[in-house]
Amino acid sequence: MYDLMIIGAGPAGMTGAIYAARKRMNLVVVSENVGGQTLWTDCVENYPGFTCIKGIDLVSKFEEHIKSFNIKLEYGRVERLSKIPEGFVANLEDGRTIDARTCVIASGKSPRTLGVPGEKELLAKGVAYCATCDAPLFAGLNVAVVGGGNSGVGAAIQLMQICPKVYLVESESSLKADEILRDKMLAGGNVEILTDTVPVEIIGDNFVTGFKVRNKKTQEERIIEVQGVFVEIGLEPNSSFVADLVSLTNKKEIPVNCRAETGVPGLFAAGDVTDVPAKQIIIAAGDGAKAALGAYDYLLHLRQPAG
Amino acid sequence: MSEKKVIIYSTPTCPYCHQVKSYLTEKGVPFEDKNVADDIEARNEMMQKSSGISVPVIDIDGTIVVGFNRPKIDELLSL
Repeated sequence: MYDLMIIGAGPAGMTGAIYAARKRMNLVVVSENVGGQTLWTDCVENYPGFTCIKGIDLVSKFEEHIKSFNIKLEYGRVERLSKIPEGFVANLEDGRTIDARTCVIASGKSPRTLGVPGEKELLAKGVAYCATCDAPLFAGLNVAVVGGGNSGVGAAIQLMQICPKVYLVESESSLKADEILRDKMLAGGNVEILTDTVPVEIIGDNFVTGFKVRNKKTQEERIIEVQGVFVEIGLEPNSSFVADLVSLTNKKEIPVNCRAETGVPGLFAAGDVTDVPAKQIIIAAGDGAKAALGAYDYLLHLRQPAG
Repeated sequence: MSEKKVIIYSTPTCPYCHQVKSYLTEKGVPFEDKNVADDIEARNEMMQKSSGISVPVIDIDGTIVVGFNRPKIDELLSL
């Protein structure tokens, strides 16, 4: 059994791992990927020491630091975290289980999904959540972007340069994106904006061939002919695997106190999965350190009870 | 042990593509990199092999891995 299991390998998880390794804790990091949301950031301009560093380069530096400690990294997705008398056990999607005396949840956030028929089935077959990754693949094809915020309009701007036609689908009556981005998108001339419009179904057998949407005001449904649907409607905390153990906030975040404690003894949380007010790399990193030190102190007191 | 032929279909902007390439480089595994953002033919080839439009796609001696699935890549290349 490990002393500490850290779930997630973004800035919070990796910083926690560094602090725990320096305390010579027997630890394991369980994560689907290394880097989390930082990977998607083009240029990080507010991490001290770097006026501008590409997200992927910052992640590489974190990873290099982790590797210097020989920390055990298990790749996988945690489906459920449960309490056992000695600590915690994580059930992974692939059937493995990992147990530890203490646990730091640093699982971050993932893109929010639409929740319409066809979305899951056509994932990576035209349905995409990472415009930075996949936009160039849609050259010459017609696409739709869902979401009129900065990330949605940003995706539309990227796509309008390589696609004949781009539809921007927004459920509200106006776009939330900054004026400067909206102007840039309108200047492209090939983006059709569908406001008051909600997704109904993504259509296709092997690949996306159409997108059924409904106008909220007129209730009229139409199918737009696209080969790609980019979903840009924000992020959601990766917290469902712990919902039985802690009571999540209405935003599905894990509430923590200033010591990164969740209220369950031995269970800590850090970074964007928590209710910390600012979702920032530096804050996640700092909270990860706090959480790991908290886990260390917790074990110390268990082994050498005060008084 | 005969060397396995590895092809990576990638775009220059995709972080997971960079990660998979640096991982294989670190492990000393040679690979061919096809930039599907510029090369439509390679894109179509990738779509046919993976039945998808998403990068990275890794072709290891004909076995297709979609995404930077490290356990699967380790298994296929005995890393």
